[in-house]
Amino acid sequence: MSEQQQASNITIFLNGLWKENPIFVMVLGMCPTMAVTNTAINSLAMGVSTLLVLLGSSTLVSLFRNAIPSQVRITTYIVIIATFVTVIDFFLAALAPAVHKELGAFIPLIVVNCLILGRAEAFAAKNTPGKSFIDALGMGLGFTFALLSIGVIREILGSGSLFTIPLFGEGFEPWVIMVLPPGGFFTLAFLLLGFKLFKSA
Amino acid sequence: MATEEHTQDTVVEKEPGPLRLIVTLGVAGLVSGLCLVGAYIYTDPLIKAAKARALEAAIYEVLPGCTKFDVYELKGDHLEKARAGAGTELRVFLGYDKGGAEIGYAIQSQVAGFQDVVAGIFGYVPSSKTIIGFKVLESKETPGLGDKIIKDARFLENFKQLAVEPEIVLVKHGEKQQPNEVDAITGATISSRAVVSLLNTGMKDWKEILDKK
Repeated sequence: MSEQQQASNITIFLNGLWKENPIFVMVLGMCPTMAVTNTAINSLAMGVSTLLVLLGSSTLVSLFRNAIPSQVRITTYIVIIATFVTVIDFFLAALAPAVHKELGAFIPLIVVNCLILGRAEAFAAKNTPGKSFIDALGMGLGFTFALLSIGVIREILGSGSLFTIPLFGEGFEPWVIMVLPPGGFFTLAFLLLGFKLFKSA
Repeated sequence: MATEEHTQDTVVEKEPGPLRLIVTLGVAGLVSGLCLVGAYIYTDPLIKAAKARALEAAIYEVLPGCTKFDVYELKGDHLEKARAGAGTELRVFLGYDKGGAEIGYAIQSQVAGFQDVVAGIFGYVPSSKTIIGFKVLESKETPGLGDKIIKDARFLENFKQLAVEPEIVLVKHGEKQQPNEVDAITGATISSRAVVSLLNTGMKDWKEILDKK
């Protein structure tokens, strides 16, 4: 691999992780972002599931990008994505039933996460499998990082714990609103603001 | 060389025939179907085992001191011993202690809660007509408020010795006086009421059958 190629791969990777972070910059995939970030562990599980689906679907879409006629490309992408999601749904139910129960309907809903179809259409359909894999890795990790930031804040304030380990003594009164839907909006708003300020500084 | 390029260009510009589209989607669907069947065959026994483990743990929890249990199935109006894992809803679990003496029955029931179904399991002793343990199996109650029915120690204390006759009654927090009363959780009245109604429903379904056995 030449130095130039290596440099471009790093750029692709950092693009998803930071410069075009799916949540903080592109504001994609808001449904799971709001719904399952009430605890850190749920956020992490949702992030990792999305990352795995993204890696699988982007690589596969890229591999077959020349074989799929453009008229049916979206349909084919959805079939590929839905297959990965369902397989992950099965495995999560088998290996981590407790987490699966918490995430509930939001695992099947990864199929309609616009981040995944977005990357298939915008990147994987036009680039080599290697690059698409790196792009998916960057985007997936960026998504996980963002979900986890929201989840950590909401769990600490809303439940007084982190990864279910209590942080404060008996005296701490949890801010219940933080684990309820409004808490999700507040946290996301403050993080978006912070991200914007940090980037423009 | 020039001709070849020319042919390639025309191929790209030409609309693919309907057959090509059908074949593409057909192949994608077929491969996807095979993957799903494979994943299902592999994970299905694991999922069932995990569910059975969760239920078993719950039975031991609602029947304190229980070390083994038998599954009983409702056949008409009497109970018959059934194989574990036989899939019918009309089942109770008779628990025994270390010495082999009967402790009581674990009964499953479900009612509508604040947001969705609340499903639970509780331990019932026919000889003393009391409930000796309760655990939520499934619920989507509001986090931080309604979900206290799952883990709030003071609320669960209600179900360690609770008379079921004439019926279980929900009272405001701190007003419990009678053995058949349950102290509600402040701020989660509807969820507390759902639990009481779950117990009463379960008793209505099973009490007569279990008491005469």
